[in-house]
Amino acid sequence: MKVLVAVKRVVDYNVKIRVKADKTGVETANVKFSMNPFDEIAVEQAVRLKEAGTATEVVVVSIGPAQAQETIRTALAMGADRGIHVQTDAEVQPLAVAKLLKAIVANENPTLVIVGKQAIDDDCSQTGQMLAALLGWSQGTFASKVDLKDGTVAVTREVDGGLETVDLKLPAIVTTDLRLNEPRYASLPNIMKAKKKPIDATTAEALGVDIASRLITLKVEEPAKRQGGKKVGSIAELVDKLKNEARVI
Amino acid sequence: MPSAIINSRDVDFLLHEWLGVEALCARDRFSDHSRETFDAVIDLARRLAETEFLPHYRTADRIEPRLDDDGAHVLPEVAEAVKAFARAGFMGAAFPAELDGMQLPHVVYTAAMAHFMAANVATAAYPMLTTGNAGLLAAFGTPAQIDAFAKPEIAGRYLGTMCLSEPQAGSSLSDITTRAVPDGEDVLGPRYRLSGNKMWISGGDQDISENIVHLVLAKVEGADGKLVPGTKGVSLFIVPKFLLDADGGPAERNDVVVAGLNHKMGYRGTTNCLLNFGEGTRHRPMGKAGAVGYLVGSVGQGLPIMFHMMNEARISVGLGAAMLGYRGYLLSLAYARERLQGRHAAARGTGPMVPIIEHADVKRMLLAQKSYVEGALALILYAARLVDEQHTGESEAQRRAAAELLGLLTPIAKSWPSEWGLAANDIAIQIHGGYGYTRDFDVEQLYRDNRLNPIHEGTTGVQAMDLLGRKILKDRGVALGQLAARIAKTVGRAQCHPELAVEAKALAAAWTEIGAVAGRLGTMGDDPHLLDNATPFLSAFGHGVLAWLWLEQALVAQTATAADADAAAFYQGKIAACRFFFAFELPKTGPWLRIVDSRTDIAASLPAAAF
Repeated sequence: MKVLVAVKRVVDYNVKIRVKADKTGVETANVKFSMNPFDEIAVEQAVRLKEAGTATEVVVVSIGPAQAQETIRTALAMGADRGIHVQTDAEVQPLAVAKLLKAIVANENPTLVIVGKQAIDDDCSQTGQMLAALLGWSQGTFASKVDLKDGTVAVTREVDGGLETVDLKLPAIVTTDLRLNEPRYASLPNIMKAKKKPIDATTAEALGVDIASRLITLKVEEPAKRQGGKKVGSIAELVDKLKNEARVI
Repeated sequence: MPSAIINSRDVDFLLHEWLGVEALCARDRFSDHSRETFDAVIDLARRLAETEFLPHYRTADRIEPRLDDDGAHVLPEVAEAVKAFARAGFMGAAFPAELDGMQLPHVVYTAAMAHFMAANVATAAYPMLTTGNAGLLAAFGTPAQIDAFAKPEIAGRYLGTMCLSEPQAGSSLSDITTRAVPDGEDVLGPRYRLSGNKMWISGGDQDISENIVHLVLAKVEGADGKLVPGTKGVSLFIVPKFLLDADGGPAERNDVVVAGLNHKMGYRGTTNCLLNFGEGTRHRPMGKAGAVGYLVGSVGQGLPIMFHMMNEARISVGLGAAMLGYRGYLLSLAYARERLQGRHAAARGTGPMVPIIEHADVKRMLLAQKSYVEGALALILYAARLVDEQHTGESEAQRRAAAELLGLLTPIAKSWPSEWGLAANDIAIQIHGGYGYTRDFDVEQLYRDNRLNPIHEGTTGVQAMDLLGRKILKDRGVALGQLAARIAKTVGRAQCHPELAVEAKALAAAWTEIGAVAGRLGTMGDDPHLLDNATPFLSAFGHGVLAWLWLEQALVAQTATAADADAAAFYQGKIAACRFFFAFELPKTGPWLRIVDSRTDIAASLPAAAF
């Protein structure tokens, strides 16, 4: 069984995000990048399936600039077998990513596709769902447990009211939540081995996918600074403020 | 949020912008590597250090190792961190591929180790001792000894120690009395039975690893049954805690026991033991008393072999000292940016309070720390780069030159960070004010931990004698001439930049004076008072070396193009730290050298009764 995992190169979670002076986006020059943490969980899950003997091959895809290869390399060091790099310097929105992944799925025929539930840069949380729709496959989103059976997969989902378990017919899409697993560190010997694993390069054109943006970013601004709280003397004053100042009741 | 243990931008600057370590990948030994692997290694080191080493820094200080009938027990978090370090492959990072290592350049490995030292120096001591131990065995052990002991150490299954000091013999190793008696031979080499006591043994016992590989200095009996006096009879032995069975696994318990744990001021996560060898009361391996030990090298070669390990251990001590200072600097910097107190002098007491980093004296204290700790890290990485040059330099002459220069700089690499990293920790407490004196902040522990470093692996006084006696005078200034040539080159380059011309001139003048004083000492022959004032000489020499390394860094910063405001501020900080060191620190060399040059005997001639 082949597992396909998509990983995204994002600004490292430790970096304090700053908006560019011209408000066209966030500052990315001279900023540390790393793999989207939810995608690390996706890679970890796929590698565990391989270690358990359930998966035979783990293929990692990343879409982005030349440096996205480093992100693929990280996944290979964690234990994935080979990589596919769709090189583009353009902004790629979830629908474009889903279409690209659909094209790759057509070439690779995986039984399971695992992606992070969202990327920490734009927090869209759309790619997995869109891919499922485009392929007509089942989807188990926000997974905190994945249990593969013969021809099906049981996915425990983190939903607002608690946990929900769905049984999906394979092939299927799983998007990962934080509690699914704790990703490993790639060890030094595995970092060295990863250098020798193959990464195929391709492009959107070669895959025949139109990745033009359907949404236009007008401007990016910092959220308003939080104001200090106020102490109220009585419940009456609180109600008054909620009614007249905050206007929420 | 920048990492709280190290400034990653600084590590990048030192490794790549200054030392250009990527060029090492052109050499055969490092041809499997690239900038990408180096970055991945440093990144992994930072993550492991932050998640596995840092969180128990204070806990391991409060809950010391304990001793019971089974031996010494460490905090579970310490054991877990050491295992995680080994699992990630760091034990073997700098070892050659044929020993299952990653064959990383020593300089990159050292930069990676800097993160673990900064996060938790006491936990990092176990791997540090183990890699040094395995390195010695790889260089001097037989193939069977390497397979039996070094390989399991590189795999992280065994940990290692070095057993030199005895209760009555610390700095003076010719006076050890641990005795080794021949006891036949087996596949692991000539076998001896050892008896005696070893003191201050870090990692001497623990419950982290399957086995412990002690490297023990002992004296072999002469033909008359007496110990040979002096260093001549000193030999080196492998004494495993558990003897190995036919399959090479740990089996019968050897006759070595912990007699007690030392209760230290700092470094508390590292067990520190008094070990008894050959008591014969609790363990009698192969039916009789005496700790079974296997000879490494030949009889009488113990000290030269051990010093192979000591030189790298000394650089590691310098790294630990630098990083304790480094973390203290980062903590006090963060504190100074947040702590509101007082107003600008120009505000005349009105307006809102300002963060204390706005006060001139606090800035002075921060710059002093910055110049000490970033300078110390630069020194250690320079030394580590010389280790690579010594092994992989393109010509025999280059390799020899690197080895000589490394020998000269080793006493500085050990003592300078130990003295000035500690001075930085002192200032870090000062910036925290009363809070710094409490155990609610890490700066007091950093200070206590760092207080060990001027003591172990050769005290500052021993380093001073090594520098002046062995590395300069006995060497007849050969290595010193090499260093002077490198410094002259830096001075030449700096003179082309008007912004650094003052510093270039001051550095040249300082080294002219150091050279002249050393030259005059060289005319004293074998005067027994030659080394009486070696320590002020070491201080002056160390400051001279650091001033050179700061000018080197300032040159890089001066000629770099800043991509953005952050980069510009970083380079500005480097140049300011260089200026600060030249203005506030380098002038101290004058008074130190005058003491040496005067050959004063004020201290040396005072009888003990007059104190």
